[in-house]
Amino acid sequence: MTDAAHTMSRRQLIRHSAWFGAAVGLAVVGGEVISHIAGTADAARVQGRPTLRFAQVSDSHIGFTGKANSNVASSFSQAIDRINDLGYPPDFVIHTGDLTHLATPDQFDQVKQMMTGLRTPHVFTVPGEHDSVDDAGQKYRSAFGAGTRGDGWYSFDIAGVHVIALVNTLNLKKLGHLGADQLDFIAKDVAALSSDTPVIVFSHIPLFAMYPDWGWGTDDAAQALSNLRRFSSVTCLNGHVHQVFSKTEGNVTFYSGTTTAYPLPHPGDGPAPKPVTLPAGKLHDALGIREVSYTKGQNALALKERTLQ
Amino acid sequence: MPGRHQGARVVLLAVLLLAGCSSSPQSQPAPSVTFGSGATTPGMPGMSGMPPMPGASASAPAPATGSPAAVAGDAVSIDNMAFVPATLTVRAGSTVTWTNHDEEPHTVAASDGSFHSPGMGLQGTYSHTFPTAGKFDYICSIHPFMHATVVVTQ
Repeated sequence: MTDAAHTMSRRQLIRHSAWFGAAVGLAVVGGEVISHIAGTADAARVQGRPTLRFAQVSDSHIGFTGKANSNVASSFSQAIDRINDLGYPPDFVIHTGDLTHLATPDQFDQVKQMMTGLRTPHVFTVPGEHDSVDDAGQKYRSAFGAGTRGDGWYSFDIAGVHVIALVNTLNLKKLGHLGADQLDFIAKDVAALSSDTPVIVFSHIPLFAMYPDWGWGTDDAAQALSNLRRFSSVTCLNGHVHQVFSKTEGNVTFYSGTTTAYPLPHPGDGPAPKPVTLPAGKLHDALGIREVSYTKGQNALALKERTLQ
Repeated sequence: MPGRHQGARVVLLAVLLLAGCSSSPQSQPAPSVTFGSGATTPGMPGMSGMPPMPGASASAPAPATGSPAAVAGDAVSIDNMAFVPATLTVRAGSTVTWTNHDEEPHTVAASDGSFHSPGMGLQGTYSHTFPTAGKFDYICSIHPFMHATVVVTQ
């Protein structure tokens, strides 16, 4: 399945009748969707506490008002409850951007206040383009930028895993953009790491070309990823596209996460990525959170997609 | 590397050693975090970290509003994530008004940086006066695949 994704061009991938399932194995087990790439299914079955386990939540769009979701605060609150009900406290929770819908101070206050209810030692964020609508991310950094570098990027090490949080939603021309300063930061940040260090990268916009016509890609991602070629395990997690998707390119696996607010169309389905209004009762099946775990000795991370339903 | 990081490294090492020899993995402490990118800690504590941060209020978000009054003049409509018309030609001194008809918010951001609207919610508007002739390409900074042009003639 993964090999098929490797050999297909983007156009072929899009034409593929089972496009959504082409690059990621999806198994529904007891109401939860478990995604894995070839050869990693066992990782989810390892007994005991993983070396690292965390949760991803994304695209809460606090402040959105529209028929696609009449109460985004309520669904984000349910997502927080879902994380708190995992049965263990995640080592950290990452919000991969579009915390707010229009980057107003009130919206930043509200989402920050809500996230203090997450039962975890650390809450990390990266900004989405909705968090930097008209000020190049100044209000975002006022709320969430403490301790970060440059325009809000940073890195940390936890349980032997190196984590890099990137900002690719500023200075947009068409696609996501990292910029020279951030590329320089990445090069220096990983320079001293041994090649067997697992690396996890967070960004809002995908670092792979998921659908460039809608801006679902990052124009200088190849330069960033060139610094990560030598590592045996590289995992990139993003939001922005409001749907689960996965792709492997060489040593790097990309995982797009879903949203807690409203779905967007599948790539190329319609003229533009406008919010999709689902039939009554179907919305919460499209919303969710993601569990991620890493067990020392395994190259691939284990992911579980959990809907809000 | 500042000395304050050494303690965290020792804790991290202890966690890894525990991971290697413990027979009851469920009882292990959460792994610690070592930051390399800043003088202070990025992110924020969750509930099981430190007490909630003071100062953040839980007030409801204000509805998005654009410029209240649409100025008479040339108009661009934003429909289905597109600027209509894609190219608008006006005389120097004209005021152009954009109106967003999408649920999604949009902005109007000149490629040369000469104007940049706030986020416009549904029915939000923004106006800009073009005093001099020229060709002004612009995008929506939230959806930069949306692009259009205002041509200003003398």
